[in-house]
Amino acid sequence: MRILTSSVGRKILMSITGQLLILFILIHLIGNSTIFFGPNGINAYAEHLHSLPPLVWAFRLFMGAAIAVHICYGVMLTLENKAANPGAYAVKKNLKASFASENMIWTGLLVLAFIVYHLLQFTVHGTPDVVVGLDSANRPDVFRMVVTSFGNGLIALAYVFAMIMLFLHLSHGIPSFLQTMGWNNEKTIPAFGTGGKVISAVLMLAYISIPAVILAGLLKL
Amino acid sequence: MNLTLHVWRQSGPNQPGKLEQYDAKNVSPDQSFLEMLDEVNEELIKEGKDPIVFDHDCREGICGMCSQVINGVPHGGQERTTVCQLHMRNFNDGDTIYIEPWRALAFPIVKDLIVDRSGLEKIMQAGGYTSCHTGGVADGNAILVPKVDADYAMDAAECIGCGACVAACPNGSAMLYTSAKVAQLAALPQGKAEAAQRVCAMTDAMQEAGFGNCSNHYECQAACPKGINVKFIARLNREYQKSLFK
Repeated sequence: MRILTSSVGRKILMSITGQLLILFILIHLIGNSTIFFGPNGINAYAEHLHSLPPLVWAFRLFMGAAIAVHICYGVMLTLENKAANPGAYAVKKNLKASFASENMIWTGLLVLAFIVYHLLQFTVHGTPDVVVGLDSANRPDVFRMVVTSFGNGLIALAYVFAMIMLFLHLSHGIPSFLQTMGWNNEKTIPAFGTGGKVISAVLMLAYISIPAVILAGLLKL
Repeated sequence: MNLTLHVWRQSGPNQPGKLEQYDAKNVSPDQSFLEMLDEVNEELIKEGKDPIVFDHDCREGICGMCSQVINGVPHGGQERTTVCQLHMRNFNDGDTIYIEPWRALAFPIVKDLIVDRSGLEKIMQAGGYTSCHTGGVADGNAILVPKVDADYAMDAAECIGCGACVAACPNGSAMLYTSAKVAQLAALPQGKAEAAQRVCAMTDAMQEAGFGNCSNHYECQAACPKGINVKFIARLNREYQKSLFK
């Protein structure tokens, strides 16, 4: 399987898994936004989502595999690229490369650390701030759990920081996956560059709006 | 004008090197960068010192031999300009200029500012050609090429193989160079027949020669003295995907 070992093949696998992860980020955002409809919104959504355990687990395994492929090749390609460039210039000026494009590995690993924390908190309920209980309709009270945790300024700040990392990662990742798939030409290259930044910024702000609204006291128990 | 130069000096491959300081005096703004270095070398020779060794050939901006990173940018940062066509009028009296060789794992230093760029030749040998029958002279225009395809192929063929893309790339990748040849030949009827095997052979040769992978920084296009566009890398990626189904 040359796609697993060749330079371009591995990039294509990173691109496809990246696209799957972006799709997940979109769906997750739409799901999360049910919190703005209050306990009835997000609690009903969460119950509905978990009503089919085999499907939930199939989805989790699929996303886990996509993340694993994305990270393995990301680390492998970064190490190869570092080796290929001894970086010994006394003076080096970048004309086009950005902070985001040069730090994909670090923003990616920070997002990974965030995913681990996020799952530990709201899926495994393993952090001390998490309040687990049932609402009046006997559903898991996700609304209370999220509003209580985000009421803690430090936790909300950690989420904001993680979303900034995600913004940096996607602002290079979105134009990059389009280029790697070959869906690009002279006219679309600058447009996708700008579009990637705009979409990443919108996603970041949309995600940040949840802890921000809770911290501002606009969503209360 | 008078300039202070910091030039990378290295006596040979695998030898330790360092930046050494030289004064370039009475430099004319009409001189090219290489002519300025020629005069510095004449002074060094007069003093019985080793002159600065650098690659050059046509001095017309088309051979791809000159290869210096000036103040952190391959070829000095003037758009679409090789070092030999960079003129001293772009500098000011009293400027300090750093001059270094191309730096990449695949470009070992031979001496001072000269690097071994045979890695690029290995990529070309792997697939930068079309196979054809030899014999009688073929009729002109026997194979029709649409004007847009011919123009596209000519844009890709502008690459002079200097290696600035590799020197500029944070990953030491030669993807722009490789893609220019892959795209040029894939766009023409004569090259289409071997397009699938070419893209695989050339990208494999790139990897084997020690070049890194492309991660779409686009630093290569910005540094390219011929303005080769990264759209050719997108084309290479498409050609690679097509090869997976052949």
